[in-house]
Amino acid sequence: MIIINILGVALIAIIVWWFWLYKPNKTVVINNEILIEVKDGMYSPSSIQVSASQPVTLKFVRKDQSPCAETMLIPSLDISEQLKLNEVTQITLLDLSPGEYEFHCQMQMYRGVLKVI
Amino acid sequence: MTNNISSQQLIIEGAGCASCVGKIERALKGALGVVSAEMNFADRTAVVVGTAKTEELIRAVESVGYNAKPIDHSSAAEVIDEKEVADRAYYKKLMRDTFIALSLGVPLMIYSIVVGEMTVETDLERISWFMVGVLTFGVMYFSGKHFYVGAWKSFKNHSANMDTLIALGTGTAWIYSMVVVFVPDAVPMMARHVYFEATAMIIGLIDLGLALELKARGKTSEAIKRLIGLQAKTATVIRDNKEVQIGIEKVLLNDVVKVKPGEKISVDGVVLEGHTSIDESMLTGEPMPVEKVEKDEVVAGTLNKSGMIFFKATRVGKDTALAQIIDMVKRAQNSKPPIGRLADVISGYFVPVVMIISVLSALAWLNLGPDPAIAFAIVSATTVLIIACPCALGLATPMSVMVGVGKAAEAGVLIRNGEALQTASKITAMILDKTGTITDGAPKVTDIVLANATNDKEVLQLAASLESGSEHPLAQAIVESALERGIELLKIDSFNAITGFGVEANCDKSALLFGNDKLMAVKDVDITGYVEQAQTLAKEAKTPMYFAIDGQLAAIIAVADPIKPDSISAIKRLQANDIRVIMLTGDYKETAAAVAAKVGITEFLAEVLPADKANKVQELQDSGETVGMTGDGINDAPALALADVGFAIGTGTDVAIESADITLMRGSLHGLADAIAVSKATLRNIKQNLFGAFIYNVSGIPFAAGALYPFFGILLSPVIAGAAMAFSSLTVVSNANRLRLFKAQEH
Repeated sequence: MIIINILGVALIAIIVWWFWLYKPNKTVVINNEILIEVKDGMYSPSSIQVSASQPVTLKFVRKDQSPCAETMLIPSLDISEQLKLNEVTQITLLDLSPGEYEFHCQMQMYRGVLKVI
Repeated sequence: MTNNISSQQLIIEGAGCASCVGKIERALKGALGVVSAEMNFADRTAVVVGTAKTEELIRAVESVGYNAKPIDHSSAAEVIDEKEVADRAYYKKLMRDTFIALSLGVPLMIYSIVVGEMTVETDLERISWFMVGVLTFGVMYFSGKHFYVGAWKSFKNHSANMDTLIALGTGTAWIYSMVVVFVPDAVPMMARHVYFEATAMIIGLIDLGLALELKARGKTSEAIKRLIGLQAKTATVIRDNKEVQIGIEKVLLNDVVKVKPGEKISVDGVVLEGHTSIDESMLTGEPMPVEKVEKDEVVAGTLNKSGMIFFKATRVGKDTALAQIIDMVKRAQNSKPPIGRLADVISGYFVPVVMIISVLSALAWLNLGPDPAIAFAIVSATTVLIIACPCALGLATPMSVMVGVGKAAEAGVLIRNGEALQTASKITAMILDKTGTITDGAPKVTDIVLANATNDKEVLQLAASLESGSEHPLAQAIVESALERGIELLKIDSFNAITGFGVEANCDKSALLFGNDKLMAVKDVDITGYVEQAQTLAKEAKTPMYFAIDGQLAAIIAVADPIKPDSISAIKRLQANDIRVIMLTGDYKETAAAVAAKVGITEFLAEVLPADKANKVQELQDSGETVGMTGDGINDAPALALADVGFAIGTGTDVAIESADITLMRGSLHGLADAIAVSKATLRNIKQNLFGAFIYNVSGIPFAAGALYPFFGILLSPVIAGAAMAFSSLTVVSNANRLRLFKAQEH
């Protein structure tokens, strides 16, 4: 029984670490354009880095039929865009000041971040 | 644009003669990769087939002296159509998945109810259950693949979503059952049950929930579909003195468009010829048709009722008022009011927290539960995973906003974003500008009281000439009155507008001064003996103004601005909602008092300078009021910006979208009451949804974990949890859909 309890606590620790503490370093550094695939509950890539004061174009291709994937919001920039299925929806952002801009679906299940440095 | 052979359509601009056609076609054919190019002179378009890039084609056309641009096929209507087709296909797929999963799940359920526990004791049972396990795997693969793929992908990305919960829940139930089948000795005798029916049923029910939700979601966007449906598909334009019928995406700026009675206006424009009445109710909510004559503006999407007109296109494509309204409504529909933020924060942590609760609940059963503890642990862990519904929480706010903003648009109320929607529902004080808001804003000259002047025609001529330089509505009334009487205006110079006081200028060596008593006092014009007369006029809700020539009072000119017919009832509606209604005006106290009394307003401030309006807003805010400010959007810009919610009253369809939080497309103040009513209804709906979603999750999860077992011996079945979860998000969407039934109060 002790072993089972230890395993259970370890499982909880793994959940906490994997979903909250671990910071994946999968940031994709781009120049001014990126194709983002919207599929299976994810934006890929979901962490994008660009330099400030240059226009950046995010091209979303939605391959997920579920209505969850339909709307993409960048709340801090007051942007909300309907992503067309199997087509490119292009969003060009001009003159971004440095900072992190989160983008996500209406329910925040799809999540990504645009880091401007 | 593309490297595959494709067909592209271009609009060719500047092609005035048929001979241009050959030249343009040759230029296009000369571009790299063009297989064929044909130009249609009638509608000025060219169809090009080949691998050439659009930019190269445009350059080719430009090289021979014309302009070209690609036709934008992704018109709003087409995008909606495509979406509907895609949604229908997805709905079919989900229903098929549901059918497959339930075909296995329902018989298994019935078996478990009729026969009892699905135990694994004999070899025959092991073999049969193994086969059922394989079938269940088939269901997981065919009907539930999207959950597992989604869960795995987001897991790799260190995130978790609804798929994670469903995949873990159904996966746990299936794996445990297979363990029981293959190595029964690994679990105690009493715990040798299989839960294949749970896996199949949960997948079926959640697929069904998703399908029904998709249908319900479609209804939430009806308002935007209706707006998009207003767009005409074709237009008749005059080119080379010939009428050609073309798609509206091909209408160019300055094209002359012909509209017959019963046809829709295709793009925005100005009437060149003819007169008619136009039904603008679809945009403004104003039921009376509007008369249009030469130089009047017409707006895309409205309906020509009576006469035939020709108009010049002034705004086409994405620039038309209708296209901008659609764009704004879409944006607002997807924005979130602050009330939804807590739910957002929670949904960010929700899934991992549920996973932890699931593990804790399993541990609790293993440590403290009765035999077979392992079976209870598995059931409770699975049920917790399945019952938790992040979707209901996440959908609560956006679905209601979507319907509420759409409903408002139907009533001619454009709400900028979710924040404006939420604040509007909390307004406690409403400031109304008098001119143009409570009144028509189209004042007329009613009285000319002569002082030192002898001839009222002469007075009107000079006054009108002076006022022709001013854009103030009262000034325009004087100019119009003079023009109506056939009086010719004189040339003036050194025109100077003194904001809040009046205007001054020189005319033929006379110094003219026109404005209120303060201006006269500042300029040392003696008005004694006339003040009483001015006050009498003001008490009749007229605005008296002093007119002086060379420092001597010449006359008092009174102008009255009729109160809009429905202002009184609309103000009553606001007051009935416990909103303090306050009128502000630059007009005289007496005039203001007369107007206020007529419309039933007790609080008013008169003789207010534009800057003071903002101060008044501030003052009310400091005293704890949530302040709405309604004005025409130009003079009142600072006050509108400072107010918690700024309402701009559009005159007809001239939408002042830029400046205000909420734009009323018709002049009536009922729009204001409607806007507040819609936001209140929407906020109420959001609160119901959020409350429901919170309560559902907060009570459902402990219930699933077995909190009731020690007291009542009840442990929830994972299948019930699956049904509850599937229908909780459906309930949220359906509740939001109830808002569609909302009707602004009859007026």
